Amino acid sequence: MNAPEPKGKFRVVGTRPVRPDGIDKVTGKAIYGPDFVTAGMIQGAILRSPHAHARIRSIDTSKAEALPGVKAVVTSADFPGQSAKIIAAGETSSSLQNIAATCMANGKVLYIGHAVAAVAATTKAIAEAALKLIVVDYEVLPHVIEVEEALAEGAPILHEGMITKGLDPAPDRPSNASMVFTLAGGDVDAALAASAVTVSGHYRTAPVHQGYIEPHACVASWNADGQGQLWISSQGHFDLRNQTASVLHMPSSDLRTYPLEIGGGFGGKTGIYLEPVAMLLSRKAGRPVRLTMSREDVFNASGPAPGIVADITIGASEDGTLTALKLEFWNQAGAFPGSTIHSGVMTALGAYRLPAYFARGWDVVSNFAGTKAYRAPGAPQVAFVVESCLDDIARKLGIDALDLRLKNAARPGDPGPTRVPHGAIGYVECLEAAKAHPHWSAPLGPNQGRGVAGAFWGNYGGQSTAAVALAADGSVQVTTGSPDIGGSRASMAIMAAETLGVPYESVRVTIADTGSIGYSMVTGGSRVTFATGKAVIGAAQKVIATLVERAASLFGVEPGQVEWRDGAAHCLDGERAGESLSISAIAGKAGQFSGPIVAELAVNPLDYLPAFAVHICDTEVDPETGNVSIIRYTTVQDVGTAIHPDYVEGQMQGGAVQGIGWALNEAYVFDGNGRMENPGFLDYRMPVASDLPMIDTVMVEVPNPAHPYGVKGVGEAPIVPPLAAVANAVARATGLPMRQLPLSPDRVWAAIQAAK
Amino acid sequence: MSKIAVSTTVNGDPAEFLCDAGESLLDALRGSLGLTGSKEGCGSGDCGACTVMLNGQMVCSCLVLAVEAEGKSIATIEGVAEGSVLHPVQRQFLEHGALQCGFCTPGFIVAAKALLEVNPDPDETEIRYWLAGNLCRCTGYDKIVRAVSAAAAELRQERSAA
Repeated sequence: MNAPEPKGKFRVVGTRPVRPDGIDKVTGKAIYGPDFVTAGMIQGAILRSPHAHARIRSIDTSKAEALPGVKAVVTSADFPGQSAKIIAAGETSSSLQNIAATCMANGKVLYIGHAVAAVAATTKAIAEAALKLIVVDYEVLPHVIEVEEALAEGAPILHEGMITKGLDPAPDRPSNASMVFTLAGGDVDAALAASAVTVSGHYRTAPVHQGYIEPHACVASWNADGQGQLWISSQGHFDLRNQTASVLHMPSSDLRTYPLEIGGGFGGKTGIYLEPVAMLLSRKAGRPVRLTMSREDVFNASGPAPGIVADITIGASEDGTLTALKLEFWNQAGAFPGSTIHSGVMTALGAYRLPAYFARGWDVVSNFAGTKAYRAPGAPQVAFVVESCLDDIARKLGIDALDLRLKNAARPGDPGPTRVPHGAIGYVECLEAAKAHPHWSAPLGPNQGRGVAGAFWGNYGGQSTAAVALAADGSVQVTTGSPDIGGSRASMAIMAAETLGVPYESVRVTIADTGSIGYSMVTGGSRVTFATGKAVIGAAQKVIATLVERAASLFGVEPGQVEWRDGAAHCLDGERAGESLSISAIAGKAGQFSGPIVAELAVNPLDYLPAFAVHICDTEVDPETGNVSIIRYTTVQDVGTAIHPDYVEGQMQGGAVQGIGWALNEAYVFDGNGRMENPGFLDYRMPVASDLPMIDTVMVEVPNPAHPYGVKGVGEAPIVPPLAAVANAVARATGLPMRQLPLSPDRVWAAIQAAK
Repeated sequence: MSKIAVSTTVNGDPAEFLCDAGESLLDALRGSLGLTGSKEGCGSGDCGACTVMLNGQMVCSCLVLAVEAEGKSIATIEGVAEGSVLHPVQRQFLEHGALQCGFCTPGFIVAAKALLEVNPDPDETEIRYWLAGNLCRCTGYDKIVRAVSAAAAELRQERSAA
């Protein structure tokens, strides 16, 4: 823990108080998605496809409907027709057709686990028995999983008529490539040809899952008058409400949506899967319906992160100055188009000064669950490719890996990924902190290697609403619509307390349902402490303005003669100069004024700044087994300002460990039928406590001048460097290139054997 | 299919429930008994979110049949605090920010308390191996290990003062 001490200029920001929702979460009282119960609730179950790709000829649900205890059966025939209209779907966007088809297959199944029908019954056992009575007649079609298969001549086409967007001229035939995104500048081929050194590589990673421990769950109630209620654990109940209402062709305000506590999301809980199905079941049954996913369902039918295939060439001069970067990558998007190729392309550009560059990403569909955002969506895979290739350059030139990055790192004012100049970024500060850290110069033992990687995530602003209300006793109620995944209630309370000048404990934070506050976008994009924080601070400032106005009236002076300081109004002038009125003294007199003191603020800030991170990783490779152990790990990150340092460190540590899992063990493994062979936590091997050392954190604070307390957003950047940091460490331990993830023991062992 | 009546003790209190022959203890706790603090993350004994004590033995309640609880004593997360007084493990989880989403937390706390009952002074490695059956996807385990270590120190101090 390298906490900066609370700085003189802040009273509460930078301290580490206990989170307000803490006791509920350590005593088992907190109500998560699968915990919620409402009166009259019945149980739903979903029939899922056993085929990776098949046409649905017919579905016969008559026997299921006749089973005693069954209250409703739903298929795609119960969904309204969908348009191709594109709507926001969490951190990305998608067509209504594809959003609906993610919830229920329409005409074709596109992956094993794709929902084809659903039942609601008085018990879960009856619902599951009813599923076995549903007869689906499938015409099985050939399927594709890997990008190369999906793009091969004569490959089965998932979405008939899909023409690749972003190519000029447009292709004249449909394919499984939905889109191409390219950013280019300068003559990259000429620059590479003129470079003193160039390094090329072919890279590959597998699809991985966010691995949140709480499976998806919801309860829906839809009445005959068209009004409904949804109880969900999600990263954004407003966005999930909007998606559900859009798919069901109902006004959003008819669907009041309540946020339950969320058991992890990492981007995977920004879209709908169960919600419209539960709604349709509820309307038919006339009862509230619960739907849940099993862990196997979560792996097969929620949204993993794409695998990637990539080719890269980087050029440099003798002194290590980068001359050009050329990258082309193909995202394994899963069943639906819209994987995050844009952020992948941006990841390749913007961290380093590049005189010439060409970066192109392809979005390629194939027959497994459609991918979804996963923490810095699209960035870790591309950073693995770029930062591994940079390490090759450093070795080839005999330059220290951090020095190479320092020499080329983007500084404030340098072009960002889209050539908009960077603002107050802190990459150089992070690289210097990494170099100064004792880890970088510590000795290594036999079979050990040290890797480093740097990277950034752009962060986001986005729409948020917050309200600040004072009770008559002066205690403070903050209300937002941003689900708290990792302690954001605490950071909201800290920022409100700092602004108002009151104790942290006098501020309480509610995450309100869609009927109780205005819209807020998903908790994603590392945006909540920044954007929702701005809304909270702004609303608190409006509250202060009212307090000052009322205090002035009570003092008998003009508002300009009252100063708000330390949670009280101080009279600066007139007969009562030197006197003060506390927040409770003013709030308690609301009846003498125009009513209670409340302020609401909606924001959509665009002045967010990217977060840069540098990770150092030491690995030890067992030459007999190929097993890789992480023996030391240090994360350095420009965090802007750490509002609650415990939860900032927690983001850095958690992101690093997810990245370590991605690098070493995690992968979707498919058999020849397109079936995931490891849809459980035994075989989809996420890191456990005994796999890891302590994760050291160094918080570099280069504040964002556009945020009152300097916040930048910290949640996603920590997962961007670790894939390359681990791979570079293994490459240095073995002396062999490591260009395919995961670096499982068999793969590392095979590489060692092949080199003998 | 008739239900089976089970008489058991939960967190020191007598408890009775009806269950199906194939029902898991976790489902009985969460359903019939309304104790939703124990979580289901996997249903296959791999994540530890459903960890409870059964006659003093740490188990994944998703792998125990509800009927096996007959005549036995179960301790769940709901019984870790004494009334409103938090157990040192709970308090140290809060003090160290050792939870983010909090979904795995009940399982970790039950498991960590069990560790400190058999090993009052575990080193980092012992803590990490004892908790290797509990998955946390948010924290990277660092702050959990520190919290358990701090709780151990607090408990040792309590004991030596007693």
